[in-house]
Amino acid sequence: MAIRERLSGNEAISYAIKQVNPDVMPAFPITPSTEIPQYVANYIANGEMDTDFIPVESEHSSMSATVGASAAGARALTATSSCGLALMWEELYVAASNRLPLALCLVNRALSGPININCDHSDSMGARDTGFIQIYAENNQEAYDNFIQAYRISEHKDVRLPIMICQDGFITSHAVENIELLEDDKVKNFVGEYNPENYLLNAKQPMSVGPYAVSNYYMETKMAQNTAMQNAKQVILEVGKEFGEMSGRNYGFFEEYRLEDADYAFVIIGSAAGTSKDAVDKLREQGMKVGLLKLRVFRPFPDIEIAKALSNCKAVAIMDRCEGFRSKGGPLGAEVKAALYDYAKDVTAFNLIYGLGGRDFTVESAEEIFKELAAYVEEGKAFEEYRYVGLRGESYSIARTSKGVTSDVNADRA
Amino acid sequence: MKNTVEIRWHGRGGQGAKSAALMLADAAFMTGKHVQGFPEYGPERMGAPITAYNRISEDPIRVHSNIYDPDYVVVVDETLLESVDVTAGLNPEGAIVINTTKSVDEVKPFLKDYKGSVYTLDAREISEKCLGRYFPNSPMLAAIAAISKVMTKEDFFREMEGSYRHKFAKKPEVVEGNLAALRMAYEEVE
Repeated sequence: MAIRERLSGNEAISYAIKQVNPDVMPAFPITPSTEIPQYVANYIANGEMDTDFIPVESEHSSMSATVGASAAGARALTATSSCGLALMWEELYVAASNRLPLALCLVNRALSGPININCDHSDSMGARDTGFIQIYAENNQEAYDNFIQAYRISEHKDVRLPIMICQDGFITSHAVENIELLEDDKVKNFVGEYNPENYLLNAKQPMSVGPYAVSNYYMETKMAQNTAMQNAKQVILEVGKEFGEMSGRNYGFFEEYRLEDADYAFVIIGSAAGTSKDAVDKLREQGMKVGLLKLRVFRPFPDIEIAKALSNCKAVAIMDRCEGFRSKGGPLGAEVKAALYDYAKDVTAFNLIYGLGGRDFTVESAEEIFKELAAYVEEGKAFEEYRYVGLRGESYSIARTSKGVTSDVNADRA
Repeated sequence: MKNTVEIRWHGRGGQGAKSAALMLADAAFMTGKHVQGFPEYGPERMGAPITAYNRISEDPIRVHSNIYDPDYVVVVDETLLESVDVTAGLNPEGAIVINTTKSVDEVKPFLKDYKGSVYTLDAREISEKCLGRYFPNSPMLAAIAAISKVMTKEDFFREMEGSYRHKFAKKPEVVEGNLAALRMAYEEVE
């Protein structure tokens, strides 16, 4: 029987860490992820788990120590946010290229500046090409469930890649909500013991970690990483299915919410997907065929699957909680549009930016965007794309109709 | 989704408005409800205006935005009346409760013609009488529980007693004072 509880997202993921009881956790505090090492340190002090906790002097050191522990053969993890992740940059690539299956609990927060402690996805999106697997959560339940699945994916012999388990800063991490927890023994059985094949502390099989690779070999290691990332797709699906059999909660690359017959859809990541589901239900009651695709797995990127799921839509709004400074939207927009170009050219897609630095995203905002998609298709109205949702003042945007780009809206207004 | 009760808390950093919102979520959770309790963070510092929120529902809650059209508002610090639009979006069939020594008629000029019920409560007097110190959040928590009726009186006091005994396991002497503050405030607005 599931355990009915109420926990914040940070409490939920810390509880999952306690149940998994990894070997080593180096950490350095940064808002809004600080509570995670804090709760874990409490569990350790109370004798509820026996992870070796290493307080370090920076995030550069926390990821270095996590890399070291993982290379030694330990199941290791750390937690961070925002500028903490930025300071780990170098080691993120080291972790991935050395094929270390460590876990990073990321609580998404905007990057400086201006200094801001609230949620957006610019920290993890900036790390999208580091070679980490990236999995995102809508709420505390998914953050908890995703962490329990993390090592099963990262440690799989066909994968062996580090994994980033992401949740929205404050919106998820600091909101207390209902959650269903699993019993300790169920979690332990599901996750299993870690038996690395190659590790530094194995005296019988000496090895070197992190050596120099000359040009004749470097590209092959990148290809091997990429193959592992491709392999992760199958593993993520298998682990998600097995987790579903145990918990009743199934996980794939994404959730399709009322998408099957939808004319208009969102592609969206994280907590704003829940808000958008309320908008979908309200508009469905008014007879509009709307739905959404909530992306859970951003790396590996499930391009064919996304394109297939959206293939019957007339127009799609890709919602980015991250700026890409290409003046054409954010990273999710770029990748989903590339997938549609390859596999579903007939689907019209717009890219909007919302929620930067914690800017609130409401049910009403979501409803308006759905209605604008419908007006574009059914009434030939121009859709202002690349714009910021809920901005004070005017947003840069370009208006597009089915006949093509018509004008720069701001030029018109001037 | 109007089977969800939405509550907005206005306080100042350090007064416990966020803790009160989380305690209300806790108590409602214990009575079988789906709950949300969350703060809205700006730069954190003692004395700065802060907002906290509750959603309490029979059904799972998916929305993750702030609350703009609350059913109830709790003002933990009356000095906010001059600087914060506390009745913004407030449901005219709902209510606002304010921690103040003033009467309802005296606070009304700050409430922009709000048509719903207005309650005032001297949380300082209650807190100092029952706890010997000024912690406005317990009296205000009892007041909003009584006004909003998100749970029965019996459920509220049973869950709060359990919650205080757990929270103050190492300081059991403050449990009775807090419960007395809750009772006094609850009965005053009831």
